[in-house]
Amino acid sequence: MNLITPLRTPRGLITALLLVVLAVLPLLTQAFDQRYLLSIGTRIVIWAIAAVSLNMILGYGGMVSFGHAVFFGIGGYAVGILSHHGVSTGWIQWPVAIVAATLWAALVGALSLRTRGLYFIMITLAFAQLVFYVGGGLEAYGADDGLNISRSRFPGLLDLRDKASFYWLSFALLCGTLWFCSRFANSRFGLVIRGAKSNDLRMTALGFPVFRYRLAAFTLSGAFGGLAGILLANEGAYISPAMMSWVKSGDLIVIVVLGGMGTLFGPLYGTIAFFVLEETLPPLLDLLRKGWGEYWQIVFGPMLVLVALYARGGIDSLFGRRHG
Amino acid sequence: MEYLLLQMLNGVQLGLLMFLLAAGLTLTFGIMDLVNLAHGSLYMMGAYIAWMLIGWTDSFVLGALLALPATFLLGIVVEAIVMRRLYARDHLDQVLATFGLILFFNELVRVIWGPAGKSIAVPAFLNRTVEILPGVPYPAYRFAIIVVGALVAILLAWLVARTRIGMLIRAGASNRRMIGALGVNIELLFTLVFGLGAVFAGLAGLMAAPITSVKIGMGDDILILAFVIIVIGGIGSIKGAFVAAMVVGQIDIVGRAFMPDLLKTFLSASAASSAAPAISQVLIYIVMAGVLVWRPTGLFGQRT
Repeated sequence: MNLITPLRTPRGLITALLLVVLAVLPLLTQAFDQRYLLSIGTRIVIWAIAAVSLNMILGYGGMVSFGHAVFFGIGGYAVGILSHHGVSTGWIQWPVAIVAATLWAALVGALSLRTRGLYFIMITLAFAQLVFYVGGGLEAYGADDGLNISRSRFPGLLDLRDKASFYWLSFALLCGTLWFCSRFANSRFGLVIRGAKSNDLRMTALGFPVFRYRLAAFTLSGAFGGLAGILLANEGAYISPAMMSWVKSGDLIVIVVLGGMGTLFGPLYGTIAFFVLEETLPPLLDLLRKGWGEYWQIVFGPMLVLVALYARGGIDSLFGRRHG
Repeated sequence: MEYLLLQMLNGVQLGLLMFLLAAGLTLTFGIMDLVNLAHGSLYMMGAYIAWMLIGWTDSFVLGALLALPATFLLGIVVEAIVMRRLYARDHLDQVLATFGLILFFNELVRVIWGPAGKSIAVPAFLNRTVEILPGVPYPAYRFAIIVVGALVAILLAWLVARTRIGMLIRAGASNRRMIGALGVNIELLFTLVFGLGAVFAGLAGLMAAPITSVKIGMGDDILILAFVIIVIGGIGSIKGAFVAAMVVGQIDIVGRAFMPDLLKTFLSASAASSAAPAISQVLIYIVMAGVLVWRPTGLFGQRT
């Protein structure tokens, strides 16, 4: 049951092509002088990391966490607060941010995994809202308006202010996250999580402590979410509670489902599709009639309804049926 | 002491508004097993439709009364086009589809009524104060909300506990397939219940409008609170929703009203005033987490 598809299948070819294009994106945008596209590309890569991490619990584990954007916030605020107090080195900021996200994920997971169904959806949302409101109440760090920060420093290694280096760093981290996710999904640990998704009573009866497995997966997922938060804060050199609003959590769910749940590259397809729609729907609607572009969500909303109703496999299923 | 009483009344008023919203949610979840994130959009549409009708009729009462059947119709249309297809699906599909509906409605409002917020004036006959106790004035409009909210709560309790349709609703909540097999037209029942929920949401929206303002996304934040309420109360339980709404209303208002003074003892005035609303919100979520840890299916929820 290998989740990395062989190259010779259409799916494998498309994925390989996509990764190659992403790998050389800064060169392409420079060659065609489209700097703006590089910043979209960077955001796509960062969001894809978060989406892959959400997919670990949502897609493979069936845990519908409606508060995943909170890890954007925790990762981002850890970096931002440290930088605000003069700790500018990434060697301290990044580990602190990851540890903070991991600890928060462990706490939230320990409390919320006791519940099921709608209760789980709502309690994860509630914990995310809690952090959101705390962020909005931190007068010292800009409250609702957020805070401009300086980017993390890695002296002698790389300069995050250089857009291309920052992109490649994010892309490398995305590749690392994807690699980890494929190892996770095929491991015994991952199989327990996937087994518990289809029938957790049976897994319990087989003697697996399902709660502990789920908690471990939830915590890992939070750690990678925190990583995405670190990158997001550095990308804009800015933190604000808006980066962890519940709409962002909803967007992440949309991305994972749109791309194809429980597939390795689905979240990446989903992120690209989401951002491409966001960038192309407005101009397309403007073509139909001037001024309509502003209202692109009136088309995007019903599209989500249709995806939920008729396209459960997401983009991944367009590339043919999965074998094995 | 008077200040405390007034603030507690504000808490009751807020709680009743949230109860109206939560009642529809808990009914649709309890009976149709539907997670409807777009319930807050019905709240928003209720307020906008009321704003429009009040403008046309030049009367608050008439506009509000006409807005209720309008939101009922809107609810039925939404149910027939989208919701009906979602009942049998899992929660994730429902979250995704109704999230899409939120985007749709927010944008629809922007297309029809423009991006600027609207305001509904408090009707003249309520634009004064009443003395709830000798020498303690209270805004008449807020008092009217309490009265209407309480009446609707009583009406709902009567409807669910004493009428035939309420009997079907209760039976549907405990075993949908069984009452279908007994020959009850459950599709019609589901449509009615959804429409009823829409009316309550619209009523809450239009009553809140003169106090807050009519704006895009006004339903989104209060919707999350309504979800918190039905989760604390136990999903499917009207009684639970009522108790939880009262508790959340009190926490919210008391937190906002008293927290700044309390915080000022050890924070600067501006830090205290920006932290206080955050703390009252945080308190609500802590209560919810506590309840769920103690009782994973809420205060009055069915044990599984």
